[in-house]
Amino acid sequence: MGLFTKFEGLAQGRAELGALGIDPFAVRIEKIISPTEGIIHGRHTILAGTNNYLGLTFNPECIASARLALENEGTGTTGSRMANGSYSGHRKLEQEMAAFYGKRDAIVFSTGYQANLGMISALAGPGDVVLIDADCHASIYDGCRLGGAETIRFRHNNAEDLAKRLRRLGERAADALIVVEGIYSMLGDRAPLKEIVAVKREFGGYLMVDEAHSFGVLGERGCGLVEELGIIDDVEFIVGTFSKSLGCAGGYCVSNLPELDLIRYASRPYIFTASPAPATIASARQALRILESGKDLRQKLHDNATRLHAGLAALGYTLGGPPSPVVAVVLEGKVEALQFWDSLLKLGVYVNLMLPPATPNGVSLIRCSVSAAHTPEQIDAVCAAFAKLRAKV
Amino acid sequence: MTEYQRILADMTKGLAPFTKGRVEVNENTELVGDLELDSLQIMELLLFVEDSFDISIPVSILPDVKTVGDLAKQVEKIIGNS
Repeated sequence: MGLFTKFEGLAQGRAELGALGIDPFAVRIEKIISPTEGIIHGRHTILAGTNNYLGLTFNPECIASARLALENEGTGTTGSRMANGSYSGHRKLEQEMAAFYGKRDAIVFSTGYQANLGMISALAGPGDVVLIDADCHASIYDGCRLGGAETIRFRHNNAEDLAKRLRRLGERAADALIVVEGIYSMLGDRAPLKEIVAVKREFGGYLMVDEAHSFGVLGERGCGLVEELGIIDDVEFIVGTFSKSLGCAGGYCVSNLPELDLIRYASRPYIFTASPAPATIASARQALRILESGKDLRQKLHDNATRLHAGLAALGYTLGGPPSPVVAVVLEGKVEALQFWDSLLKLGVYVNLMLPPATPNGVSLIRCSVSAAHTPEQIDAVCAAFAKLRAKV
Repeated sequence: MTEYQRILADMTKGLAPFTKGRVEVNENTELVGDLELDSLQIMELLLFVEDSFDISIPVSILPDVKTVGDLAKQVEKIIGNS
């Protein structure tokens, strides 16, 4: 077996896409115009699949902060957080994130992927147990694999199944790490966190919630689902990303546990990588200040999400979950989904195409993500494009 | 009958909904090669096996499971450790 033999399946899959003349994984945005518009294949396109929930990527204050940091602190740190890569801004962002959540401390990672990878792999090693929702993101699975803990999946959003598996662990349950997400990225559905917290109280364990898609989106102040459900104090670790609602890059974990600081010394994805660039940190801090300053953006986001969800539901599409910034349309087959996605792009609407095995239950998904920066007219234009294709489904 | 044989017999009986009567199942039957199970069906099969034997199967053992016999051995090991 040769070095590249394992890629034969991928090569075949790509050849099949080539035969159809559609490659959704090679899209280039030739020119980005705004948080919601770009040029793709020479065509003016509405971007409705970018996770840019609050639309802050072109915010003038964020750009000014990033520009100032770029001029004053340079293009990059050229080093790890553990060496020369921790500037005062990195630490200030950690303190501001901790204060935002009302937690003791925070750690900032270089990406959201690395936040999950770095936290889970450091917390749970050989001999430990991690229980993860079956629909968790790849970064959570990869964190489990890197740490080498015994990893057990439980049925998606099923607190009863989690309880069953904790019961099977016996005394080991008290030290198990349970990992779930606030909003799941594929279907936009939410975790039954109150029920999961109740199970944790019964059996023990530590709970980590990934709020990647709900930070800045849910809760009175935008902390996420933990805030909306009033259970911030019941969750030991909250992780998330700056690459969605805050419109830049980076990841974080906040916690009340004093041991959090020790993670810095044990987490390979924290230690062995360069820290975020000063401009990235500056724009994240500015975006956090905007998030803290009011609810206007969240209200616009929810209005747009409700408008898109209602529009697509009225057209008779099967949707993946209740209204949320992720609105997923469930389609029957891979080829149908590919052609549908391509037709939308030709109508000037960019969304995400999600195919099995990356999707739950083997479905094919046309996944839209809504932004506070979308105008009602843009949402209506997205719905109009879906309406044109309705007859083909 | 050994513990392994008992587990294998129980598992073989329980596999009927997954085989759809296409092939005779024994310990050498491959889950992907012979039963043509996709990743989703394997997930369902594992959930069924877990509930049947009241165990949790760690994700890390999956790369080592190719046949029904491989799965039965893993179940035996997990039951033995519990």
